[in-house]
Amino acid sequence: MTTVATTTSLAVDPARLAETVADQVRDGGRFAGLVASARDDRSTVLRALVATADRLEITEAVLLPGQVRYAALSAQIPAAAWYEREIHDLFGLEPEGHPRLDPLVLPLAPGGERPRPGQGLGPDRVDLDVAPLPGHVSGEGVFTIPYGPVRSGIFESVEYLVETLGEEIPHLRTRVYHKHRGLDRRFGALEVDDAVLLAERVEGTNSVAHATAFCQAVEGLAGIEPGRPAELVRVVHAELERVAAHLDSVIRHTEGAGQAVAYARMSRHKEEVMRLRGRLCGHRFGRGVVVPGGVSAPPQLDPAAALAGVGRLEAAISDDARALMTTPSFLDRLRGTGPLPGDVVVAHGALGPVARGSGLVDDIRAARPYGAYRHLGFEPAAGFDDGDALARQHVRLAEIHQAFHLTRQALDELGEAAPAPWRQEVPAVNGLAVASVEAPQGELLYLVEADGGRLTRVKARCASFHNLALFPEAFRGDIFTDFVFIEASFGLSIAGVSG
Amino acid sequence: MAWVLRGLRDGIVTTPYPRRPDGYGPNYRGAVEVANHPGGSDSTRPEGLDEASLSALCPTGAIESATGIDDQRGLRLDRGRCILCGRCVDAVPARFAFTPMVETAAVGRAGLVVPPDVEDDAALDRLRRQLHKRVKALRRSIHVRHVDAGSDGAEEWEVSALLNPVYDVQRLGIYFTATPRHADVLLATGVGTAGMAGPLQRTYEAMPEPKVVVAAGADATSGGLVHPSYTAGPGIASIVPVDVWVPGSPPSPFSLLHGILLGIGLLPAPKAEP
Repeated sequence: MTTVATTTSLAVDPARLAETVADQVRDGGRFAGLVASARDDRSTVLRALVATADRLEITEAVLLPGQVRYAALSAQIPAAAWYEREIHDLFGLEPEGHPRLDPLVLPLAPGGERPRPGQGLGPDRVDLDVAPLPGHVSGEGVFTIPYGPVRSGIFESVEYLVETLGEEIPHLRTRVYHKHRGLDRRFGALEVDDAVLLAERVEGTNSVAHATAFCQAVEGLAGIEPGRPAELVRVVHAELERVAAHLDSVIRHTEGAGQAVAYARMSRHKEEVMRLRGRLCGHRFGRGVVVPGGVSAPPQLDPAAALAGVGRLEAAISDDARALMTTPSFLDRLRGTGPLPGDVVVAHGALGPVARGSGLVDDIRAARPYGAYRHLGFEPAAGFDDGDALARQHVRLAEIHQAFHLTRQALDELGEAAPAPWRQEVPAVNGLAVASVEAPQGELLYLVEADGGRLTRVKARCASFHNLALFPEAFRGDIFTDFVFIEASFGLSIAGVSG
Repeated sequence: MAWVLRGLRDGIVTTPYPRRPDGYGPNYRGAVEVANHPGGSDSTRPEGLDEASLSALCPTGAIESATGIDDQRGLRLDRGRCILCGRCVDAVPARFAFTPMVETAAVGRAGLVVPPDVEDDAALDRLRRQLHKRVKALRRSIHVRHVDAGSDGAEEWEVSALLNPVYDVQRLGIYFTATPRHADVLLATGVGTAGMAGPLQRTYEAMPEPKVVVAAGADATSGGLVHPSYTAGPGIASIVPVDVWVPGSPPSPFSLLHGILLGIGLLPAPKAEP
């Protein structure tokens, strides 16, 4: 088995999986995900991912054909609950001791065939059973408001079930199956060069992060490294993607707070970021740039012109951000809203700005540096631990600043670099690799399995999936009008959650 | 007060489009153009690439070879399937090229196939006239209901961008509305997933007549790279009847605006392809 250098693996009996992973978490590891893969003989491989300070530990257990029961991880690690629900939906596995095995991404009609991504055939089409869920909270005057999937505004489709007495939100549930596109199976039908295009579309707003993570996994399997210039180009696009995503979160905050001028100015800055990205590669989302083995082409804009554009944008955004963060009517809406205590965030192993706003600093660019981040000067955004929407906003603004700094470093170096091979030949790949990058929402993992050059399993573990499970925790004592800020401060992509 | 002055700082940043053409500059990948050489005098074609393998280049099957028509080496490209990955442009630059055009939307699905077919053109003209007649009453105040039917999320960013000061669609009398009962235009993104079929259809049914449906993006038009899948349909047309098709992965704000204006008859008929 081939794995990239920063991972270690261990095989255990399914009965021992939960215990082994719980031990790793007790020893200070962060539970990072659970991925299942179907094999040709109808057996199923479960792989638990645990992040330590500088490594990713993979623990593997094989369920024999027909074996569907195993001891639930979520009985000991609550953060595993959504993963086991997803695996139940897609594979029909039954974790014993799971607190609540409601459908998550695929509410299959009774008797329906499970898709079982991996080797082997799956259904062409499935029927859904989308009956409303019964309420969790009972009591006099409690009622449930279904909010979504078609919501008031331009949003991705997701359904929030708000159980309330009128103002306060004591309980909130999320239903994410509406957008389920069956991407896990779709990956298996594609060649490596096409699969990277699908990776760009798992979370369309994070195309560069996804393409980079996928390509790093493939390159790990192939035993090649893209040259330094190609890695620098990836950084330029990834950091501008981060700026755009964080600005999007800022814009949603200003919109919710009715800050019309700030909304207009920030959304114009975001448009300028998108246009700069478009001038760099011809695509506003940087699609088509990152390919297995490197990048498809150097930036179309010469580094000096790109640097000038970056400089103008940074100055304009910093200036407006300073004004915004001293506007009391704006800050009042964010301060104390959507509080996430540090211990909740640590217990869940939350990711990205959501975690960093509560003092958990785990930035993959520093913890397990990849590509050009191994050489560029970078310190993660630390020192924010109030845990509210305001703290998360501070983290994002600090990260915008850093992202510009990293972009400038990369462009400076690209300006001096000799013309380079931008893309290496990628030989046929074989084996298993897990690669990780820091997407705008946090750690993004790609698990890629290949057999004789053919992809047998590709799983994108999006930060949005991991963090959305924590969303209801942020509603302690908050009321309806806080909803928009809490959602904006999480800044998640539903496409990445639904799969 | 500080914010008022800040708001005036940069003057007018709004695009002159649709009064005057606008776009994203010469390097922008707006759409793919196809060049067909009469009589088969195509000396620039790389060795070993026949028409069939040219079609196989495309990850979404957008390239169709129509050899035989007028004895030309006929290649046609369906922009409704194209995700603008550029593989055909890289492989055979003599036949395929990016154009920075942003007015890419079309009334009628066949309108997205280039080069256009003469028969299609006549049928599309008819469709366009019918649509314009139907929406005549709408022109000055348009309410748009957006529904995500399984997008990758990028489409929502581009739809939201229509409200920023650069595109500022409210200057054109176009507003986004929360309720389908006030909506004239249904702007749907995404592949049309099984889970969104019901909500999308109910939204459509709740809209008063006359109504226009815009399929926004390659995913909504054809399923893009995501289809076939066990839950993702080949676009939204299997769920609601589509009037206007906007290609792109995702469609740019200019293309979306073009699609909306086309749907409500605020644009003259698009110019023929060169």
